[in-house]
Amino acid sequence: MKYLPLIVRNLFRKKTRAFLTLGSIAVALFLFGLLVTVETALSQGVEVAGADRLVVINRVSLIQPLPIAYRDRLLQIPGVTAVTYASWFGGVYQDERNFFPQFAIDPESFLKMYPEYSVPPAQWKTFLGDREGCVVGQATAKRFGWKVGDRIPLRGTIFPGTWEFNLDGIYTGKRPDDDTTQFWFHRKYLEERGPEWFKGYVGWYVVRVDNPDHAVDVVKAIDARFANSAWETHTDTEKAFAASFAKQIGNIRFIILSIGGVVFFTLLLVTGNTMAMAVRERIGELAVLKTVGFTDAGVLGLVLAEALTLALLGGVIGLGLAKAFTLSGDPTGGLLPIFYLAPWKMALGLLLAAMVGVLSGIVPAVTAMRLKIVDALRRV
Amino acid sequence: MVRVDGSDVDGSLIRVRNLDKTYRRGSEEIHVLQGLNLDVGAGEFVAFMGPSGSGKTTLLNLLGGLDTPSAGSIRVGEDTVTAMSGRRLTGWRARHVGFVFQMYNLIPVLTAFQNVELPLLLTNLSRAERRRHVETALSLMGLSDRMKHYPRQLSGGQEQRVAIARAIVADPTFLLCDEPTGDLDRKSADEILGLISALVSEHGKTVLMVTHDPRAAEWANVILHLEKGALVDSPQGNAGS
Ligand SMILES: Nc1ncnc2c1ncn2[C@@H]1O[C@H](COP(=O)(O)OP(=O)(O)OP(=O)(O)O)[C@@H](O)[C@H]1O
Ligand SMILES: [Mg+2]
Repeated sequence: MKYLPLIVRNLFRKKTRAFLTLGSIAVALFLFGLLVTVETALSQGVEVAGADRLVVINRVSLIQPLPIAYRDRLLQIPGVTAVTYASWFGGVYQDERNFFPQFAIDPESFLKMYPEYSVPPAQWKTFLGDREGCVVGQATAKRFGWKVGDRIPLRGTIFPGTWEFNLDGIYTGKRPDDDTTQFWFHRKYLEERGPEWFKGYVGWYVVRVDNPDHAVDVVKAIDARFANSAWETHTDTEKAFAASFAKQIGNIRFIILSIGGVVFFTLLLVTGNTMAMAVRERIGELAVLKTVGFTDAGVLGLVLAEALTLALLGGVIGLGLAKAFTLSGDPTGGLLPIFYLAPWKMALGLLLAAMVGVLSGIVPAVTAMRLKIVDALRRV
Repeated sequence: MVRVDGSDVDGSLIRVRNLDKTYRRGSEEIHVLQGLNLDVGAGEFVAFMGPSGSGKTTLLNLLGGLDTPSAGSIRVGEDTVTAMSGRRLTGWRARHVGFVFQMYNLIPVLTAFQNVELPLLLTNLSRAERRRHVETALSLMGLSDRMKHYPRQLSGGQEQRVAIARAIVADPTFLLCDEPTGDLDRKSADEILGLISALVSEHGKTVLMVTHDPRAAEWANVILHLEKGALVDSPQGNAGS
């Protein structure tokens, strides 16, 4: 700590250069912060997927329905402890661009299946007693400025007509990366008002297994149970489903890694150049430090500490700005299920910055360490 | 007590025997120092003179453990400097040697106070103790009112006084000064030399100083000349005082 003034003063000796380098690092880490935020958003389902939940869909495709009668038969399969179901509504609120997912659900079993969502008990009670009621996630409510008590019209695309709902409750996620963009309403309402061909059907089932280790066996048992029926099933873990969705969006991770790699490399050159110049123009002073008793290792440490301070400072600024940006809200206006920069990802960014610092400082630091006092003093 | 004949005498603080320093430039060998002997007692103020390129800086660097000789030995007190290297030599230098150079060599981004504090950062002294030592050293140099100044805000003479304060702040066994007044006008030079000589007479320091300037050398109590790689008593013959 007592060396801090020396390190900081040296850092800002050439102010323009220091700020330009600091700026480069900050911009790079700002970018990093945004990229991981978007990546988190697009692969959201994968990380929060319940390990003990399976999704059962029609084997032909997700949009083919399954009979409601499967509910009781699923419950009979060993290892299955709970079952709920939902259907995709696909309604449009005012404009096609205002997309958010809408599910027709069985309220009691649905909320039990997803303990990560919570609804104030009074609101939930109202919803249970309101045939035309709905509950939406706080992200979507905030996006459209909806309040409990509002009446919300959706134009059906799969199920024709205009459907009006009473907003009875707003749900929140217990974790920051839980999806709070969904819109839930009673399956009974869809059954009553919906077309004849959909009566007695649901979109998909969600099943809880008694133990995640049994998931593979239960998946096999379910698909075997309905094999050779008119509605064969395809069952998989929730995680696998979420992952296959994320893949459809494109290999986001690869793109992010490529951009990140290029930025990281450029940053190494920029910071490395700054540090090399800083050491070169300071040969005489480094010799003086050694003369008064700084060891070779000590001088190495000083130069490394300087590079590290520079990189970490830039990193803190960049990541701080990225965090502030995510807090100010999703720039797509709610298209992303979540827009959240997790603390551990910020820590990862800082680690990356620290790596830039050490790697870019190592060559100049070794130069400084190897410096022979007598040679250096003759040069000044 | 200062001798250059290499005969063993009691009471030398610095004892140099048969010192050789040879530089290699390609196939050519330059014998800068050859069989140099020197004994200096504690509390002496010695001036080294000699033409440019005679090896004065080389000798000082060897005495201060900044460089290693080709042959010969240097002892200071109980320590054989020429047998030490690396971390041990660095540690010895920090404890026993104070350096003053012609070009002051202050760190421009640090204040006078911080420059003087540098050698103390390596010790276990507390912040308050460091402050006390730095203030003492700077006030000895008459710079109590310049502690917060940066080198560029000081005159050449003041900068050199800061450099001397830095050299003495850790209370070294001896001071090595390489043309400390080479870059100064007469008045500032005399001020600096007065301060150095006060360090010797009032604080019992041992000082070895290289200078080109005969008037600067006059301040020392012994003047030695470097000739053909070895030291000789000054023609005025006041060695052995
Ligand atoms: N690293 C080196 N490599 C080769 N030769 C060197 C080296 N350092 C010094 N020399 C040579 O050694 C000789 C003595 O140099 P030194 O600097 O000790 O002289 P000096 O007496 O201090 O001279 P000045 O009065 O000009 O400062 C010179 O001829 C110099 O060129
Ligand atoms: Mg010289």
